[in-house]
Amino acid sequence: MYKNFLRYLISAIFLITFSISAKADFKVGFVYIGPTGDHGWTYQHDEGRKAVEAAGIKTTYVESVKYGADAERVIRQLAQSGHDLIFTTSFGYMDATNKVAKDFPNVKFEHATGYKREHSNVSTYSARFYQGRTILGHIAGKLTKTNTIGYIASFPIPEVIRGINAMTLAAQKVNPNIKTKIVWVFSWYDPGKEAEAAQALIDQGADIIMQHTDSTAPVQTAEKAGIWSFGQASDMQRFAPKSILTSIIDDWAPYYVERAIAARDGTWSQQDTWHGLKEGMVAMSPYNKGMGADLVKEAKQLQKDLASGKIHSFTGPIYDQKGNILVAEGKVADDGMLLGMNVYVKGVEGDIPK
Amino acid sequence: MSLDISFIGILIGSIMASSVPLILAASGELITERSGVLNLGVEGMMIIGAISGFALMVITDNLFIAIIVSMLSGVIISLIFGFLTQSLLTNHVATGLALTIFGIGLSAMLGRDFVGIPGKDFPILFSSLRESIPFFGPILFGHSIVLYFAFALPFLTNYFLKNTKLGLIVRAVGDSPVSASNQGINVIMVRYCCILYGGGMCGLAGAYLSLIYTPQWIENMTAGRGWIALALVVFATWSPIKVLIGAIIFGGISILQLHMQAVGFRIPVQFLIALPYLMTIIVLVVISRDSRKIKLNTPTSLGRIFYKEK
Repeated sequence: MYKNFLRYLISAIFLITFSISAKADFKVGFVYIGPTGDHGWTYQHDEGRKAVEAAGIKTTYVESVKYGADAERVIRQLAQSGHDLIFTTSFGYMDATNKVAKDFPNVKFEHATGYKREHSNVSTYSARFYQGRTILGHIAGKLTKTNTIGYIASFPIPEVIRGINAMTLAAQKVNPNIKTKIVWVFSWYDPGKEAEAAQALIDQGADIIMQHTDSTAPVQTAEKAGIWSFGQASDMQRFAPKSILTSIIDDWAPYYVERAIAARDGTWSQQDTWHGLKEGMVAMSPYNKGMGADLVKEAKQLQKDLASGKIHSFTGPIYDQKGNILVAEGKVADDGMLLGMNVYVKGVEGDIPK
Repeated sequence: MSLDISFIGILIGSIMASSVPLILAASGELITERSGVLNLGVEGMMIIGAISGFALMVITDNLFIAIIVSMLSGVIISLIFGFLTQSLLTNHVATGLALTIFGIGLSAMLGRDFVGIPGKDFPILFSSLRESIPFFGPILFGHSIVLYFAFALPFLTNYFLKNTKLGLIVRAVGDSPVSASNQGINVIMVRYCCILYGGGMCGLAGAYLSLIYTPQWIENMTAGRGWIALALVVFATWSPIKVLIGAIIFGGISILQLHMQAVGFRIPVQFLIALPYLMTIIVLVVISRDSRKIKLNTPTSLGRIFYKEK
């Protein structure tokens, strides 16, 4: 009897410790499009990962993962190696994420900036970066002397086009003669090309440069040329201390911590998140005093109004390039329209590459 | 496009700056190939040059040391290639490819601590003349010393190959290593030297990217320029001057396509992006039509393994 009791006790201890260690083994994986040191997009996602780690949850990451077969292989490997929650942090991972999610129903997936949730274990999340673009447009419209704003764009997807439009609309409001010149580099991350694109825009008369790409090369080029620029995704101020007016910062940390804890505690469910200035997923880095105290004040006020919802980035009347009305006077664009945006507003030069 | 004359001067200046890494790497590889060795490791040697140059700049804060070390590291990594192909008689193509893969991986590992550190301004020469002379100012002045060296290099290379005894030896080794060897030339030694020289130039080309052109370290920052340099050597039919022409056309159209976008040309962007590759090939094929001249310049024993029977 005593012997049996001891046996039960030992096995009970084993069982308990095993189940505790299994619980502690909860792991979160991250897939990045660039290196963690890009000081832009991927850097900010990795800051979010570090916050999850600080909350006592194990994480791993794979950086510089290319779209396509590579992405699927990496995501699958993370799922197979016991990760319970996987964040895929770039638009191009959309199909790969859904494909792997089908084969691993017990693993949770979070895909950034996408719209496909084909299985119940896939959530999507994104930030309303366009609110930040509205602030940039306001500042740019006030500061430009050549009335030409240079914009380095990556790929012709709604997220990028939305940013171009939001910026142009805000700039037009304070300066009706504004023109937005765009150069597409067809890459998220190619410093040489981004620098050349910035130079081309400067040579074409742009005196303010902004980017929807991930490296710091454009702001460095602007610094060299002695003109204004805006940072992207992360505070790029130290790469161009004189030139940078402000940077749009993506702050993923609170969301990542919340979702990781939910997945660990079993309360995770599928959702589609689109947070902005209000929730703090989009933030602005300190404004450069070089723009003048009045303009700093205006920018801060605009930031507050966008956060509270008093001002919407896409308030009518909004016209497309041909002059057709997109949003009627007094109306604001709904999220569906924003998510599928694929035309330029009036005042943007050129065509969207097909 | 605003066709004002001073703007065209600035444009030509930036085209020149963008073609420098191609000229350096292709001129180095040209000497290697003229001695009969095909080194496909250009990309790998360039990226090693880029990281070691940048790392030394951060550590020592001295750009001169950084440039020298980047060349040395190109030399050292090409020494691996030389030892394998010349002493151990491995296949040139396979070894070169391995060198590229090795270089990209090694540089990413070495570069982990150097990502995201802002670079330093590289000193430029005659910057006051650049501003004061319209049109010619931005073309001729206000560049780094490496650019002037790069534009002189094809002419020096041409002179070296055609008019010096050493150049003759290099060509002899590349055309007929057996006869050269019978003449008492140490074929292996000559090829070693040419490989190391090529490595040094590729290292410098990489350092130009990480120290001067876009002063920062980024994983895989050569972005295929090594492969373009390799292709340039072939399409230029091993003539140094044509390498220079090809590099300028490639650099020129890569920059022009961005300007055409900024101006708002209604041409599909995807076509513009493919344009540099297309145009460079077309122009080089057209200017090298003379098949007799191609034969004259082509190293006949390119990529073949040579060993001396004892």
